[in-house]
Formats: sequence, structure tokens, C-alpha cells
Amino acid sequence: MNILKFFTAGSVDDGKSTLIGRLLYDTDSILADQLEALQASNRKNDDGTIDLAILTDGLRAEREQGITIDVAYKYFQTDKRKFIIADTPGHIQYTRNMVTGASTAKLAIILIDSRNGVVEQTIRHSYLVSLLGIQHVVVCLNKMDMVSYSETVFEAITAKYKELATQLKLKEVTFIPVSALKGDNVVNESENMPWYKGSSLLHFLESVDVADEDYGLARMPVQWVIRPQTEALHDYRGYAGRILSGTFHVNDRVTVLPSGNSSVIERIEIFDQEPDQAHTGQSVTLHLKDDIDISRGDVLVNSDHLPQQAQLIEADICWMDTRPLDDSITYLLQHNSKLTKCKIREIIHKVDINTLEEQEAYEFKLNDIGRVVVKTAEPLAFDIYAENKANGAAILIDSRTNLTVAALMFRASVE
Amino acid sequence: MSKYNLDYLDELEAEAIHIMREVAGQFEKPALLFSGGKDSITLVRLAEKAFRPGKFPFPLVHIDTGHNFKETIDYRDRMIERIGEKLIIGYVQDSIDQGKVVEQTGKNASRNALQTVTLLDTIALHGFDACIGGARRDEEKARAKERIFSVRDEFGQWDPKRQRPELWNIYNGKIHKGENVRVFPISNWTELDVWNYIKREQIELPSIYFAHERDVITRNGQLMAASPFLNMDDEDVVERKRVRFRTVGDMSCTAAVESGADQLDDIIAEISASKISERGARMDDKVSEAAMEDRKKGGYF
Repeated sequence: MNILKFFTAGSVDDGKSTLIGRLLYDTDSILADQLEALQASNRKNDDGTIDLAILTDGLRAEREQGITIDVAYKYFQTDKRKFIIADTPGHIQYTRNMVTGASTAKLAIILIDSRNGVVEQTIRHSYLVSLLGIQHVVVCLNKMDMVSYSETVFEAITAKYKELATQLKLKEVTFIPVSALKGDNVVNESENMPWYKGSSLLHFLESVDVADEDYGLARMPVQWVIRPQTEALHDYRGYAGRILSGTFHVNDRVTVLPSGNSSVIERIEIFDQEPDQAHTGQSVTLHLKDDIDISRGDVLVNSDHLPQQAQLIEADICWMDTRPLDDSITYLLQHNSKLTKCKIREIIHKVDINTLEEQEAYEFKLNDIGRVVVKTAEPLAFDIYAENKANGAAILIDSRTNLTVAALMFRASVE
Repeated sequence: MSKYNLDYLDELEAEAIHIMREVAGQFEKPALLFSGGKDSITLVRLAEKAFRPGKFPFPLVHIDTGHNFKETIDYRDRMIERIGEKLIIGYVQDSIDQGKVVEQTGKNASRNALQTVTLLDTIALHGFDACIGGARRDEEKARAKERIFSVRDEFGQWDPKRQRPELWNIYNGKIHKGENVRVFPISNWTELDVWNYIKREQIELPSIYFAHERDVITRNGQLMAASPFLNMDDEDVVERKRVRFRTVGDMSCTAAVESGADQLDDIIAEISASKISERGARMDDKVSEAAMEDRKKGGYF
């Protein structure tokens, strides 16, 4: 059994919390005491049924305001798969929260109110999904009960969305007509839409192939060097880290960046196991044949497929702080275990995420998305985000506040 | 081109090890908060996987309310002996003796709330800049929104509105002097995941997790272990029942469930079928709908 992390984009008005509540409720993932609290909270739908949206409202401020502000993580499982939902807010002022939730997701659910079709918010959410490089998109046309379960409505919205998907280069898009409120096609297949031949949302989530693809780009940032320095283990020197992408085999030639020194893998350890190979996602300890200087912040890569190395890098950026971007100050850039100083050298453009227009930009504020050139104090060994997400992303930290102020997705090194 | 899919326990384990190693790499003086419960026992196992054959780059810290299950303390001492790591104990009794906290009175008196002060004092005394804890997001709705690296101000407070965005698997551990970070490596695990992991790894647990005979009283609809730490009166009827505990906390606030599950497989089957979440057996969460959020803001684990 494996895990699928997905995130949901949409607003309260689209019935997003109700959809998640419905997934949890109909898969029997709500426990008795939670249900008791739900009933005690006394919030009901117009027809007197329990308001399932309460299940995903976490913090007091959100319960008071009736909106989802932060990212809430929810867990459920079926006998086929385990699921982690990042429930993110849909309003434009919470774009950063959506980017956060989307950053670790392998699938996005985009919710459309079938009465309204593709609206400004749909474009914005789909753009973020495209920017974050999420492979699978499920477009849920919700509130089908309020459009008489009409196939014509479904077809019209689907056609419209496909144009948007082409424009945004979204790869795999699946359309499902649902009513979260009534339960149609969420977990159980609906009898109200015999014209729909696809599977319910849950069945799709259970069966979609989300395995990591291995492009041969073996990368492992060193997090920690294990050196017991005991008599028995005097020469033990293990490089501990989690493999970002690709596969390392014993006897592979590897290069250490940024130094450029190379050696051969002598041994791979996963605690008391010594496998011949290790791949994406595994936390391992690597031993090299040669004694070379390696410390935290270095990255071990397959010598046949080196990443890019540069100090001047073009990147997509999402600004996440209330203080606007300041190109006169030095930020910290964290790229996996590597921390280096950097400056924003140039703002190339800003994107109006409601219309997708690129605009000239003189300032960059909270939730702004666009493109910049960053200059780092030390060279970074990175891959292009679109080709290898795990080694193509970084965060910016404002050293005055220590807050994470931006997400960066690398596009290219700049000559 | 090939494709890989890690089994879910392997993926959760690899993520937790990654987080622990980030703590080791990013902080000067980390610590692992050890309660004696199954979640922190799981953390110890994960730390072994992250750092062996080296030593842990942090001590274990236990906040001792003085109202412990004896089985938990026995387990703790045996475990420390086995792993050969340093243990630091902060005593709630010391906080009481120093007049920093006042013992609660009344029928539902518990030292659970008092341990926050002892915890914060222990953190300050040793200058810990990161504390690894075993909280999980599936436990409770306030926890569902907490970051894996969760920054606390110098008063130990969590501000849910000022949480840092946490993107990809990149953890920002930068803090100002006096602040510290609570780190939750098993945030993405569920209760069932922990049990399945314990089974897979054949991890020993304190015996109170398994069904045993015990004197209990029923209070607020829950079974509480009869002990000198519980303020009992004539209305309390002591009964002998076959019970087990789903969480291990202070004796005065941890409720038992009636159970015949004395093997891991039985417990896993019981939890799979269960209709009460594990924090439902904690009286400390029942006070108000926002109970956990309030305690977390105040510096609780």
C-alpha cells in the first residue's frame, strides 16, 4: 500500500470543505467522538443535515469566520491506499497557503461550482497547479444537484476548461461531476447521472498511478555526517541524507558538489540493512571509497548526470510575506540542506494570476507571483524545477525576521 | 525510465528520519521530548535509524509529573540503559516546591496543565533550541494545522496566525535568541500507522498498553485508574476491570478502555474497528472545543 498526497483548490462557496467532509464521512473516517463534537456544534445545512464542512475547520478564528485560513492536513485510508489531504483556502489573499499545500502534492482537485462554470478563481487555481508542476489534475464539477444533473452543463464546462488546460500545459486532466452535499460520485457512484461513465472521485484517487518517475538524476543532499569516533568504528564516516531523485548503486561513480571531487560508492546503509541500491525517497547513509572532504550542504550526484551549477539563476517566485520584496537587501536561500546568501538581481515580470497576463513589475508584495533572477553567494547545484522538482526548488528567508518569505522554482542558469 | 513507489511505512519512516537529521544539522542544542508513550518510543526508534552507529546528537528529556504509571518509569529506565543515551528529567514537583505552580484542587485535579511550566523551565535551563516531539496531525484539529517545524516565542507560545509557510521538504529552522522550535517528525502518521510500525519493527512497549486487570472508577463517562493521585470520594465506586490504555500520560488524566487486547495484532484490530479517537480518552481535551489550541498557544507539547 502506498500514500497519495493531494490538495484541494476551491473556496468555501464551491463546497470544498463539504467535499472533504463527504470523503471522510462516506469512507467511515470520522470517529464517534469527532461526530459527537460535530453534532454538538449545532451547525446545520438548510435541509437539516449535519454540516460536514466543520470537520475540516481547525482553528478558532476559522470557526468564527467560517472560512479556511491555513493549510489543514487530513488523513484517511481505504483498503487500497492511504491519503493525505492538504486542505487549502481558495481566496486570493491565501495564495501562499495554497502554494504551500500544493508543494508536496502529487494530485490536485480543482473544484468548480457547476452553476458558475470556469471563473476567475478557476484560472488562478489552475495556474498555481501548473506553476507547481502537479502531474495529475481532477476537476470536480460540484453542485450538479443544483443544475438538474445536466450532461449539457457538464459538457460545456468541460470544453471550456480543456482550453485553459491546453494554455497552461496541464498534462493529465480528469473531469468528474459530483454533488458533495448529496454524495453523488464522491465515494459512491451516482444514480442521478447515468450519462457519466467514469468512476467516482474516490475510486479514481485509489487507482491513479502516482509513482515517482526516475529520470536517472541521482541526487542526495548531505544532511549530517555520521562519525561515531569510537575505537571499534574509528574510520566510520557515513554521509546521511534522503535521496531526492534517481537511484544510487554500489560502485556508482558520484560527484560531490560544489567541490567537484568524485569517488565511488562503497556501501549503502539503511540502518542495519546494506542494499545494493537505493532510490527516490529513501533516507540512507552512503559510504565512499575515497576520503574526501564532505559536509552538510554538499550534494552527492551521479557523475554521468550532473546538475546545473550557477550563481545567477532565473526562477519563478511566489512572495509569501507581508513585507514586500526588497532588492537592496541580502536574503538567505535554502535549497534542501544548502544555505547561502542571495540577492534578487532583477524582477523580470509579475503575473496577473486571474488573467495570466505578464506585467512589468516594480514591486513584489504578498501573494505576488512572477519571475526573477537571483544571485547567490555560493554556486548552487540544481535541476530545472520542471524536470526535477525535488532539486529545483528553494525557499527565501528574511534574516531580519527569520520568516520564510518566498518560494522559488528554478528555470535556468543565466549566462 | 523506471518508476518507484515506497510502501507507506517506508515512506513515513524515511520522512521522519529526514526531519530528525535536519534537526541535527540545523540546531546547536536540540532535545527529544520523551513521555514514555508509544509515539515518543517510536521517535527513539527513528532516531536510532537516523544516527546509528553514531550517538544521538541530542539528549532525551522527560517531564515527570510525579503521577506516572509505574510501568512507564520502569520502561523508561530500561530503555535508557539499552540505548546508552543521556536522559534529562524535569520534575513538576520541583516547580510546585519552588512555588512556580500551584497544585490543582477538586475532584478533577490533575498535574497535566502544570507540566507546561516545568517543560518551559527545563528548555530554558538547558538552552534547548529545538525540541523533537511525537505529536501527530491526526490527533486533533488544532494539530492538523501545525507545521513540522513549529516556532515558539520566548514564552513558549505557538501563534497559529504567524506560522511560516512550509514548502516541499525544506524546513526553515532559523530562530532568534530565546525562541525555540518544536519539531514533529511523525506529523503525517496516523495512530494506526504508529501501531503498524511498532509491530513491523518489533518495538517493546510499556505493559499498560496491553489488556490487564486493574481497579478503575468511572468518571465523566470514562474509566480512570484508581490511584492515590486521583481525588476520590464516597461517590466513586472502584471496580476491577480488564482494561488497557491508548495513550500514556499523567495517571490523573489518562482514561482506560475496556479491552481484551493483549497482543499487538489484537490492538491493531481493535483500533481499526474503533469508533473513539485516542485523544477522546484524554480528559484534558474535553474542557472546550478549542482546548488543545489554547494549551498549544500556552506552550504545551
